[in-house]
Amino acid sequence: MSSRSIFTRPARFAAIAPYVWMALFFIVPFAFALKISLSQTAIAQPPYTPVVDLSAGSTAFRESLSALSLDNFRLLVSDNLYVFSYLRSLMVAVIATAVLLLTGYPIAYAMARLPKQWQGIAMMLVIVPFWTSFLIRIYAWINILQHDGLLNRMLLAMRLVSQPVVWLSTDTAMYLGIVYSYLPFMILPLYATLAKLEPGLEEAASDLGASPREVFWLVTFPLSLPGIGAGVLLCFIPIVGEFVIPDLLGGSNSLMIGQTLWLEFFTNKDWPVASASAIALLLLLLAPLLLYDRLQRRQLEAR
Amino acid sequence: MQEKPASPTQAADIPLLRIERVVKKFGTFPAVDGVSLDIGAGEFFALLGPSGCGKTTLLRMLAGFEAPDEGRILLGGKDIAHVLPHQRPLNMMFQNYALFPHLSVRDNIAFGLRRAGMARADIDRRVNEMAALVKLEGLEKRKPDQLSGGQRQRVALARSLARRPQVLLLDEPLAALDKKLRESTQLELMDLQRRLGMTFIIVTHDQGEAMTVANRIGVMNAGRLDQVGPPRDLYEAPVSRWIAEFIGDVNLFDGQVEAREQNRLKIATGDAGSLIVRAPRRPITRNVVSVAIRPEKLKLSRRGAMSDAVDTHVMNRLEGIVTDVSYLGGLTIYKVKLDSGAVVRSSVANTARLDMDGFGLSQRVAAWFTPDDCVVLEQ
Repeated sequence: MSSRSIFTRPARFAAIAPYVWMALFFIVPFAFALKISLSQTAIAQPPYTPVVDLSAGSTAFRESLSALSLDNFRLLVSDNLYVFSYLRSLMVAVIATAVLLLTGYPIAYAMARLPKQWQGIAMMLVIVPFWTSFLIRIYAWINILQHDGLLNRMLLAMRLVSQPVVWLSTDTAMYLGIVYSYLPFMILPLYATLAKLEPGLEEAASDLGASPREVFWLVTFPLSLPGIGAGVLLCFIPIVGEFVIPDLLGGSNSLMIGQTLWLEFFTNKDWPVASASAIALLLLLLAPLLLYDRLQRRQLEAR
Repeated sequence: MQEKPASPTQAADIPLLRIERVVKKFGTFPAVDGVSLDIGAGEFFALLGPSGCGKTTLLRMLAGFEAPDEGRILLGGKDIAHVLPHQRPLNMMFQNYALFPHLSVRDNIAFGLRRAGMARADIDRRVNEMAALVKLEGLEKRKPDQLSGGQRQRVALARSLARRPQVLLLDEPLAALDKKLRESTQLELMDLQRRLGMTFIIVTHDQGEAMTVANRIGVMNAGRLDQVGPPRDLYEAPVSRWIAEFIGDVNLFDGQVEAREQNRLKIATGDAGSLIVRAPRRPITRNVVSVAIRPEKLKLSRRGAMSDAVDTHVMNRLEGIVTDVSYLGGLTIYKVKLDSGAVVRSSVANTARLDMDGFGLSQRVAAWFTPDDCVVLEQ
């Protein structure tokens, strides 16, 4: 009997821990943001009203709740600026994720087919750039892409161009930076899936008359779909909210939602609108997550 | 390497499959070291050997997954050594079945047929035929992970047979099944092979399996084919000590040739004194030899009770005491400690239900065999 009471209590605690974590670091901040998004901006400290004050008594609390409104969300829908930056964020994320998949898949495939002793080294090579600060690596790209940077000097030396090309502050530079930064997040889940794939399956397919191309499209690719799903989500979701890379490498003619959010928050000091766009972004990103979850569940049920 | 000529029934001018001095090295290690072998149409051939002997590498070269470094592989007279796997008229059943987990049983079986560009109606007919052949009807819509081990094995078999290959390669096809299922599946494989008239080449490390299913066995050891022949030849006339010990159980006595007379050899052994044996067909060249006698051919008698009719001159008679009795149902295995100290094993078939002739522990017995019961081995 005693063994039961000894072992279940820590076990129960361990099961609760992740929920406590989620509540503290996700739900509570989310509640704050949600509340602020329903408030009005004000020139005050903090810069919005009403301020919920639990110590002011229940009547005051109820009054402050009734002052909340959905005005900010209405603004998000009615003002083209927000709609466009959401659409642009989605477009950038779709294009960048597609490029990432096309780049990452062959790399992951090649890695999974290396001799076992080389696979660890290849994995290190993918991970090692992460040991340098992300910001420093983006600044390095600025250095490479600037007017008299490494890339232009190389192109001039090879006589591929007659005068320096403008790279910085273009979409090209932004996509380059995004693909460069997110590539490991695409490669690693793909590699994990491909390396687990039983080599006998590809042999069996070719034994049954499948050409190398058919082996890939009929066996390898469908069996790597879980890895593709994980890699696409791992890249797509953070790219939608990406702020640093488009801000440092991209142009200023159109903004991604992360940049708009930053502007509202720091330049316009409009916390409620910034919060509302953050909440909207979160809801927007829940859609692909739920879709992925549904697909995975269907796959599990098929078993 | 002592390859026997193919038996008359398979003696066609060009064998279906001819393997010629094939060598395959991994780094500097020769996994397959100069193997030559002919396999005729309609044979059930087993490649038998311990793990790491090169049998699987040889099979993979037949399937096209490895290319030989030297030598030729001729199928119907054409060299296929460097033909890609998907262009060979051979199919393989893989050890772990390698079923496509994302495809249903039906689509697994139809995979090879679709690659061959067969018409849809023909594919449907062939898949149904295959499912019936391996008794999988009703399971066509299931995915591989909804099947039992035995059912998966059947799907793998149906899938590899569906294209009606000239040769079916089987890589340890029954290794994952439990003993009972393995034995019944062996019989089904034999029946299937006979009905389809196809050539089967099976790789196995299980000598019982090889003896059961195959009409000819090639024993591989360290990359070489040591002996090729029907199961009975391998068991009754092994060419080396290693094969005698690898296939079945055997008692071995090391000794020297003492005298030769006509078709008899007298061999002086340390453990069993002088033994008279029949001279092998190939003349013995070395002086140091081993006499091999299978346990069931080493008969036991109560001391002195032996029939006088047995010619004492050609009879090998050893004496000792029973030190161990293992009753196995159909057989009883006795361990007899000879007066020299050596221990020999004798197996006796329990032909009567009531134990009348059994021997007890510590009983003194005579162990005897005739010159024809044993084999002289040089190496």
